[in-house]
Amino acid sequence: MRHIPTASQTVGPFFNFGLTTNAQLGKVAGPEVAGDRIRLSFRVIDGDGAPAPGDVMIEIWQADGGGHYAHPLDEGSFHGFGRLETDLDGCCTFETIRPGRVPGPDGRWQAPHITALVFARGLLKHLHTRVYFAGDPANDDDPVLSLVPAERNGTLLARQVEADAAAWSFDIVLQGDGETVFFAV
Amino acid sequence: MIEFPPAPPESQPPYRHDPYVSSRRRAPRQPLISIPQTLSELTGPMYGHNPIGETDNDLTRQCADAPQGERILVAGRVLDEDGRGVPNAMVEIWQANAAGRYRHSRDAHHAPLDPNFLGAGRVLTDGAGNYRFTTIKPGAYPWRNHDNAWRPAHIHFSLFGAGLLSRLVTQMYFPNDPLIPLDPLINGIPDAAARGRLISSFDLAVTEPEWALGYRFDVVLRGRDCTPFEEPRR
Repeated sequence: MRHIPTASQTVGPFFNFGLTTNAQLGKVAGPEVAGDRIRLSFRVIDGDGAPAPGDVMIEIWQADGGGHYAHPLDEGSFHGFGRLETDLDGCCTFETIRPGRVPGPDGRWQAPHITALVFARGLLKHLHTRVYFAGDPANDDDPVLSLVPAERNGTLLARQVEADAAAWSFDIVLQGDGETVFFAV
Repeated sequence: MIEFPPAPPESQPPYRHDPYVSSRRRAPRQPLISIPQTLSELTGPMYGHNPIGETDNDLTRQCADAPQGERILVAGRVLDEDGRGVPNAMVEIWQANAAGRYRHSRDAHHAPLDPNFLGAGRVLTDGAGNYRFTTIKPGAYPWRNHDNAWRPAHIHFSLFGAGLLSRLVTQMYFPNDPLIPLDPLINGIPDAAARGRLISSFDLAVTEPEWALGYRFDVVLRGRDCTPFEEPRR
């Protein structure tokens, strides 16, 4: 008999003392981890165009620089997981490394990407999206990006912040103009 | 490889549920885009590398004295869709105190904080998927969703199973709570049986004599046919 998965409910506005007390979860890759070091900043915008202050939690999951996802029995220090709440400006920043390419469907390779889950007051279940890196030539034949209508592709691209090659920014627009692409998986 | 079949749609809430006012300006308007399940979705974090403290699953022993309120035990199993226990699943909970107040800077409910109650805990399931918390029964509290709106007493749950697609955040309710039929959040779930599964049941087998009432709350995470698919790197 198949058991039906339990229904989701919103994380609500008051999760931080339970879920985001450990700021170390913003440091996905410490100095000992090999790779191209980046700082990835998210900004979350709601349907009123306003930043979502302090009541959004973002979790990220990514491969290491070699395209390997951490396994529970790995002995390395790279776990590939991060979790932060947004600040009063709707922002949070992860310190990590740029992930390598991982295998995709049909023997194709995926472009470097970081999966992001969005939990918030107002969301009865979390949203699932991906962060790609603007300008990466591998984006052109990524098997997931190719499923997204071309005019919305840009919502999945992190942009390099001017004057700081290691800093990337990614807006999560929950609703309306420029709405981020979210996935059903 | 773990398989993650889609959940029956009526068993999960939609993003937009107008009675829940906050959903109106936060739910996406565009339909979700379906993508294949790749390694990026089938793998997932083994969250909980940090050691779990001795009192992390006993919210009544995290401060100098015992908190105010009715002590309760909350226990259950974390299962996959085949009904098999999920071992080493991280279960995190957070809740209001007995007076219905959260230890959060923006909770403005005019009810007392309890200096002996922090309101958060976590535990890993055992080899059979069992977990157990000791806590106090949270109070109902008002919110501004609509006129005279009150949340039924609930405990927030956050779970990680095997694979990112098993990630779940939900809420556990208590049996026979008259606020449940009035609550826009639980009633955002279309299927009545799915709503019912968020309501814990009083369980004499969990109850400890001369100590605390017990409530059972089982959780089913997405995923079935779970077999190891990747060798660990040494």
